[in-house]
Amino acid sequence: MEAKTIAGIDLKVSDDGYLEDMTQWNEDIAREIANELNIELTDKHFEVLNYLREKTKAGETLTIRKVGKSGIVDIKELYKLFPKGPLKFSSKIAGIPKPTSCI
Amino acid sequence: MKNLVILGAGTSGTMMANHLVSKLPKNEWQITIVDQYATHYYQPGFLFLPFDIYTTKQVKKKGSKFIPKGVRHIQDKINIIKPEVNKVILQHGETLPYDILIVATGTKIAPGETEGMNGPKWHKNIFDFYTYEGAKALRNKFREWKGGKLAIHITEMPIKCPVAPLEFAFLADSYFKNKGMRDKVDITFVTPLDGAFTKPKATAALHHLLEEKKIKEVTDFNIERVDYENDKIIDYGGTEVEYDLLVTVPTNMGDPLIERSGLGDDLNYIPTNKGTLQTLDNENIFAIGDATNLPASKAGSVAHFEAEILTENILRYINGEPLKEEFDGHANCFIETGNGKALLIDFNYTHEPVEGTFPFPGVGPLSLLKESRTNHMGKMAFRWIYWNMLIKGVHIPFVSATMTEKGKHFEEVN
Repeated sequence: MEAKTIAGIDLKVSDDGYLEDMTQWNEDIAREIANELNIELTDKHFEVLNYLREKTKAGETLTIRKVGKSGIVDIKELYKLFPKGPLKFSSKIAGIPKPTSCI
Repeated sequence: MKNLVILGAGTSGTMMANHLVSKLPKNEWQITIVDQYATHYYQPGFLFLPFDIYTTKQVKKKGSKFIPKGVRHIQDKINIIKPEVNKVILQHGETLPYDILIVATGTKIAPGETEGMNGPKWHKNIFDFYTYEGAKALRNKFREWKGGKLAIHITEMPIKCPVAPLEFAFLADSYFKNKGMRDKVDITFVTPLDGAFTKPKATAALHHLLEEKKIKEVTDFNIERVDYENDKIIDYGGTEVEYDLLVTVPTNMGDPLIERSGLGDDLNYIPTNKGTLQTLDNENIFAIGDATNLPASKAGSVAHFEAEILTENILRYINGEPLKEEFDGHANCFIETGNGKALLIDFNYTHEPVEGTFPFPGVGPLSLLKESRTNHMGKMAFRWIYWNMLIKGVHIPFVSATMTEKGKHFEEVN
């Protein structure tokens, strides 16, 4: 774990850059993390991010398949929004823990 | 007379029938087990069938041989579970009322989930080895194959026995070496994970083995479709992997019965309490083995450990006592690494596979996370243990349902 300042806020992040406390998140933080990943956030991105945050709060495990069936995006669109890291990048930007859907 | 009904006579269901028949009073409880198939397969053997290490006869037996006397065994397809009236309806019309239901219907491959997978090339140059038919067809293909690009591929997680695809890659390396044609076979391991395995510690050890055996890795590959006309798999990000022979592990899903009965999640697995094995929606329905949504490996060893705890919880439920939240996700897997050697890993919900000895702390004879011939002998001996002890519910000496921390070099994971 390490400390990092994003969008002027001191945050605790994991070794690979995921927020430790999802309640510290705001949209400016999201934009700044997205910038580091060369992603410019649109409204569609935020719809996905909010969906991920809601499901995480409810204690549900997230998978690419689940997001693809969310009604917000299909898997192809999810890849377009978050190239190379559909679930990992989106989770990082959404301020939720690294996905551990794999067992 | 009260009724306890078990759905599925695979590894989990058969174990539960054997455990419970001696525990429930015969004058109060009728135990019934239902399965549509007459054959009980030794599923771990499907890994060895394609390489002519096991024969077809070694991996199947008549299922009724393992159902104990005193348990009613019905061979029929299950149509639907109706939890609101505590009944199971079978295809040929019989209705089974239950006081307690144990769902042990396992997981199946669903190649239809991926475009182009089970099209005209299915079992021609696209194979699975998770079914008896697939493993046997692949054996016949390997016997005559002249070499080329062999892609070993995982579609999406979770899958039954997550180490099996890696073992398959290691065994393929040995098999083609022994045939004197390893130089003609280009092996690539393609996975949606970011490494060889789901647990970081084991991934490092396994990655090293892949390198040593000159097996290429393509990671973070989420398949969109199989282009069977041009023999390549394509992922959502546009990455392509060409093959001459594709050995894939298709999407794994719970039985369609679970979907029909409205009891499953988006992969037809039943939401289940991970400590007690009681289903979340119905207190008199329990689930075990691959049918659950537990964050544990879908493997026979897990089912074996679950069976001991579930048996105790069924008795507690009957007596109106609180259930024990004891299941810790314990898994214990041999990983065949080829050339007569194997690794052994032991892990649970919270602990990574670690180095150490098993089952006796500090003694062994099996070594954890290290290649050895003794581990391979252990894996081979396991087939006997399976048919003669495991599914009959005989306790395996010195191996406990919950994981022991003695004799292991631990690092806690979060």
